[in-house]
Amino acid sequence: MLQDKDRIFQNLYGYGDWTLDGAKKRGAWDNTKGLLEKGKDWIISEMKASGLRGRGGAGFPTGLKWSFMPKPDPNRPSYLVINADESEPGTCKDREILRNDPHLLVEGALVAGFAMGASAAYIYVRGEFIFERERLQGAVDQAYAANLIGAKNIHGYPFEVIVHHGAGAYICGEETALLESLEGKKGMPRLKPPFPANMGLYGCPTTVNNVESIAVAPTILRRSAAWFASFGAKNNAGTKLFSISGHVNKPCNVEEAMSIPFRELIEKHAGGVRGGWDNLLAVIPGGSSVRCVPAAQIIDTPMDFDSLSALKSGLGTAAVIVMDKSTDIIRAIARLSHFYKHESCGQCTPCREGTGWMYRIMQRMVEGRAQKKEIDLLFDVSKQIEGHTICALGDAAAWPIQGLINHFRPVIEARIESYTARADADAVKVAAQ
Amino acid sequence: MSARRLAEQQPDSFEFTPENQAWLERQIAKYPAGRQASAVIPALWKAQKQHDYWLPQKAIEKVADILGMPYIRVLEVATFYTMFNLEPVGKFFVQVCGTTPCMLRGSDAIIEVCQKRIGDPRKVTPDGLFSWLEVECLGACCNAPMVQINDDYYEDLTAETFAKLLDDLAAGRPTRIGPQNGRRRSEPLGGLTALTEFYGADGESGPLSAAQPAHPAE
Repeated sequence: MLQDKDRIFQNLYGYGDWTLDGAKKRGAWDNTKGLLEKGKDWIISEMKASGLRGRGGAGFPTGLKWSFMPKPDPNRPSYLVINADESEPGTCKDREILRNDPHLLVEGALVAGFAMGASAAYIYVRGEFIFERERLQGAVDQAYAANLIGAKNIHGYPFEVIVHHGAGAYICGEETALLESLEGKKGMPRLKPPFPANMGLYGCPTTVNNVESIAVAPTILRRSAAWFASFGAKNNAGTKLFSISGHVNKPCNVEEAMSIPFRELIEKHAGGVRGGWDNLLAVIPGGSSVRCVPAAQIIDTPMDFDSLSALKSGLGTAAVIVMDKSTDIIRAIARLSHFYKHESCGQCTPCREGTGWMYRIMQRMVEGRAQKKEIDLLFDVSKQIEGHTICALGDAAAWPIQGLINHFRPVIEARIESYTARADADAVKVAAQ
Repeated sequence: MSARRLAEQQPDSFEFTPENQAWLERQIAKYPAGRQASAVIPALWKAQKQHDYWLPQKAIEKVADILGMPYIRVLEVATFYTMFNLEPVGKFFVQVCGTTPCMLRGSDAIIEVCQKRIGDPRKVTPDGLFSWLEVECLGACCNAPMVQINDDYYEDLTAETFAKLLDDLAAGRPTRIGPQNGRRRSEPLGGLTALTEFYGADGESGPLSAAQPAHPAE
């Protein structure tokens, strides 16, 4: 188990002091100038060496992403945009950073912004996180007051941090939709290329990073890339915040070493599965957008990017949704279909029409009011959506359904049979009257 | 996608209060020159808060005038983002998260309380106190089931604690925002399993434990 001294988020549960004084006591803002003096090349190479993969879901190497930014141009500023639009069902980790350890994020913004030559960081907080936004703004104000950031700060690198917010749109967690929203438009994803590193916010070079990816950076640089890389399996380095929800005895957020086996994670921190391990049905291991994994396959699986993709699922945001045998798995996935239908931005036809289509079939599958051949039809529809949209929302809507059909087809069929049998009996009764 | 339209009954005018107008000017200044449209969401949000938590057409037009945007662009934003209420809501506007992580922990029971206590979704009670709506994931999944009432999250609910919460709000009694089961944040209930070196198992007795505020949201 990860030792407390190796945990980056030392105020994850808000029992300590969130303000600048408290954050400094826990090691934040400690000789940040010294980090910057080592130069941007050193920072980027350390971040690459640490093996940090983006914590927002896709798992793209963070150091490499930073290195894509073009050389600073005096006529065209560069921006760091931090994605705090945490909306992936199951995920509630960034919220704890924003309200309990916001200074890690503000310091990370300065360090990351320096490394990529950005003049400012815009932090896009989801609209519903009102208290979290005010808390973050409080931390930013404290950092300005202490002259840690700003035009003429003590670190010698002019840098502004601006807290922005959304107003309830899951799609704005997609990086280009987020940029559109930040520019004051509907959050509809952009076609790529051009990629944000060349044409991002206001047409300027931009890097979009998740809150957790940015907040861990200063600690990695202080404690060394080798320290961070010492946790987790190869290619899956570091510590990670896990959000454990659903049918566990004690749902919680926790920071653990990557590649911790699922059983150990749940036993140590979440008080075990409700009703014991024999009662586990399935797990959605990385937020709603990844395919579910049946109990037998996940119990001893290391929780990391590669092990979970080998199961045709994914680590995603490490939002672990646990479902015990009392779960109506068809309904659980149908509810996700409703989510994607509701959150589709409507720009691409396969997603706008397809998410509604899939939801309507799923609703009938919940009742069993369907024909068995429609299971294949549904799978086929999901394949027509997957990969045929501008952004990944179409894929995200398709995958949970594909996971359901792959692993729980007999359950769907049994539901249909039981409905049909009932319907037949009713018909006989009606005919007899 | 969800189809969202403006309310049929609309007020004749909308003006920001001088205080909110000044606030808005400070927001606009956060963005580069000529990029004032970036402030459209904060501006609409402020307008909604000033106008009993719903957004009339005149407020949308006012924001467009201030930001120098065509009305249609601001209308698009107001109808796209679901936190903008385009019709009146109750004094206590209850948004119940019904997405799968909350559903697994019993949001059906919370929705049932809403139906019994408040009535149909989107309908304001005759006394004007309540209206409710099932919404998508609010990002507090480790504290499921939960609701957002106006600006505040109420988490770790049961049908009983939620019904009592509504009673307390209706009677004007103080409520405790955040978890309703004694938790502080999203730590495991009944004792920490991590960070005990800094805070002790109870969170309150370690070297880094801070004096706890009276209100969990402070």
